[in-house]
Amino acid sequence: MRRNLILGTGLSAMFAGAALLSFFWVPFDIGALDIANKIKPPSGAHWLGTDHFGRDILSMIMVGGRTSIAVALVAVGIGMGLGVPLGLAAAVQRGGWLDEGIMRANDLIFAFPSLLIAIMITAVFGASAVNAIIAIGIFNIPVFARLTRGAALGLWTRDFVLAARVAGKGAVRISCEHILPNLVNLLIVQGTIQFSLGILAEAGLSYVGLGAQPPVPSWGRMLADSQTMISFAPHMALSPGLAILLTVLGLNLMGDGLRDLLDPRLQRGQR
Amino acid sequence: MTCVRNWGLAGVLALAGISAQAQGDIVVGLQLEPPHLDPTSAAAGAIDQVVYANVFEGLTRFDPDGSVGPGLAESWDISEDGLVYSFHLRSGVRFHDGTELDAKDVRFTLDRARDDTSQNAQKALFAGIETVKVIDPLTVQVTLKAPDGSFLFNMAWGDAVIVAPESIGEIKHKPVGTGAFMFDDWVQGDRIELVKYAGYWGEPARLDHVTFKFISDPTAAFAAVMAEDVDAFPGFPAPENLPQFEADPRFQVLVGSTEGETILSINNKLAPLDDVRVRRAITHAIDRKSVIDGAMFGLGTPIGTHFAPHHPDYVDLTSQSAYAPELARQLLTEAGYADGFTITLKLPPPSYARRGGEIIAAQLRSVGIETEVTNLEWAQWLEQVFRGHDFGLTIISHTEPFDIDIYARPEYYFQYDSAAFQALMAALKAEADPEKRSDLLVQAQKMIADDYVNAYLFQLAIPTVANARLRGLWRDAPTQATDLTAVYWDK
Repeated sequence: MRRNLILGTGLSAMFAGAALLSFFWVPFDIGALDIANKIKPPSGAHWLGTDHFGRDILSMIMVGGRTSIAVALVAVGIGMGLGVPLGLAAAVQRGGWLDEGIMRANDLIFAFPSLLIAIMITAVFGASAVNAIIAIGIFNIPVFARLTRGAALGLWTRDFVLAARVAGKGAVRISCEHILPNLVNLLIVQGTIQFSLGILAEAGLSYVGLGAQPPVPSWGRMLADSQTMISFAPHMALSPGLAILLTVLGLNLMGDGLRDLLDPRLQRGQR
Repeated sequence: MTCVRNWGLAGVLALAGISAQAQGDIVVGLQLEPPHLDPTSAAAGAIDQVVYANVFEGLTRFDPDGSVGPGLAESWDISEDGLVYSFHLRSGVRFHDGTELDAKDVRFTLDRARDDTSQNAQKALFAGIETVKVIDPLTVQVTLKAPDGSFLFNMAWGDAVIVAPESIGEIKHKPVGTGAFMFDDWVQGDRIELVKYAGYWGEPARLDHVTFKFISDPTAAFAAVMAEDVDAFPGFPAPENLPQFEADPRFQVLVGSTEGETILSINNKLAPLDDVRVRRAITHAIDRKSVIDGAMFGLGTPIGTHFAPHHPDYVDLTSQSAYAPELARQLLTEAGYADGFTITLKLPPPSYARRGGEIIAAQLRSVGIETEVTNLEWAQWLEQVFRGHDFGLTIISHTEPFDIDIYARPEYYFQYDSAAFQALMAALKAEADPEKRSDLLVQAQKMIADDYVNAYLFQLAIPTVANARLRGLWRDAPTQATDLTAVYWDK
């Protein structure tokens, strides 16, 4: 059962490590274009070949990973930071006006596909990595709010919460001291899954030109750039495509593995 | 079993019927769909791409080599002083609605174009006209305010095609002209269809039916041509795919010249770009060869001024703004920007701009100039850059023929305001002597190069990918047009 976790963590760590490494060292400077050397297939010097501007694709993938990870990380942060408190608040009084208000607003956001929200935001405020972060972050809010509310509702009926109420603790204190700590495992797992979706969303937005703008490299834009050249330079599309695939796969496997590891009910079943 | 075979046979026959009929049909791919179909009231080149020479004709016309020849005017006489042009119209010319072309239509067209309320995008073409007089139904006399050596050239533009008062009301959606093809149908967002006009005055078209199909995405354009869904694609948007078409015996690739001076336009009024040393530094920071190879995969001729290299009066001034990053840094230091500065670079959709922009941004960065790159759609670009003047740098191809006079318009979007240049253009306009004109043109080219108004990159080339059996397509693009009147299928 731990195989998924190890494989997933390994893949994720590899890409995260490569992105971190790119802060200090990349095989080639991606700011310097080398047009004379464009569209070269993989070789000893350029492990993954060069793109249409003669940039080293491995270096582009490494630096592009930074964009993907940063965007996804902040977006998940926005989603958690806003979604979890909203979910906790909604769960305090089931069916109350606050609950109804928050959850219907959530439904409203949920009703739009995330990409559509992103296109709306970038259409109004212009295309940039920051707006991509906001767009992906907004669509993360209802995910966390709903998850938190659902799990918190169950916890509110438990005896230890009743005991805390009897002891005179207020709703905010109970939420923070008793409900939230019991949700951490759940949130970590969901956070990992949302992180992988965030990377996918960033790639999608950059692919249609609404994400990170040149010269900031991004996996999605690398795919878009290679589109017309796929028939004679498949390596240009394969590398960013595989990077997206493996990162998302790794994060999903890691999320699965973490759930197996952290979910107390599953553990009890195993014993 | 027999039944099945018969059906099969019927299918084969039906297919054969289609392919035999297809010889009179053509599907032409174009990247941009026109906003409407009146070439006399909009700047959009996409309109002329569909209707010029096919649906509408002018008094004179551009021939495939760029020379100006007779159109609806069979001949003309010019008075000694160069002021009075008498055009003799062809007889028996009928508009597609059956009405006859006469001198009144010409007067109507010219008066409409130069009217104060005219929507014409090139009003300057008609600004020199004093009066238009109808002498008899087939003769029209145009009197100019001053001699204008380029008047016949002006009348060949798509903006000067002859329209009729009877059909002007619906021209934007139901254009009625005198050309060899009639407008048939427009499915917005998809295609425009034309059919052969049986009553055409001249050599009849050899095609019966023309479909213009609009495919904006380069990948989709590639797929459509490869699958032979379109028979010809003038201005094919992905130069990187041309070697594949060249290697494929099903296709022919024509690479022609255009009137498109592709330039890095500089906002001459915006600090620090209002300093000629800064503008000069920018031009020296750019390596044209990298831009042409990287953005256009080698298609394009470097230029050093705003003039087409195939024009006889062109002077090669590229060495004056040669790639010299050291010199660029030195000039920036002299201008007080030793640490560089940050400037916006706004890019319209074509790949010469988007890819060229990335390359130029990298080249500018290496001399210390940081760029904030913004990709814009055409409507946004027209709004912000062209009309709003809200930009530092932009990349654009000026596809109008012989348009160096835009530098004499201080309100034009790059805002070059030079009294000397404006005087030069006024002198050119008044000059009819070919030798003196060419002398003035050389001076003009040098003046804008000396002032480093913009960074001149390359002359845009136009690649046309077509079925190998198609004949009669234009290779060059002396004006924006897809003239299909002489196109036919080889056996």
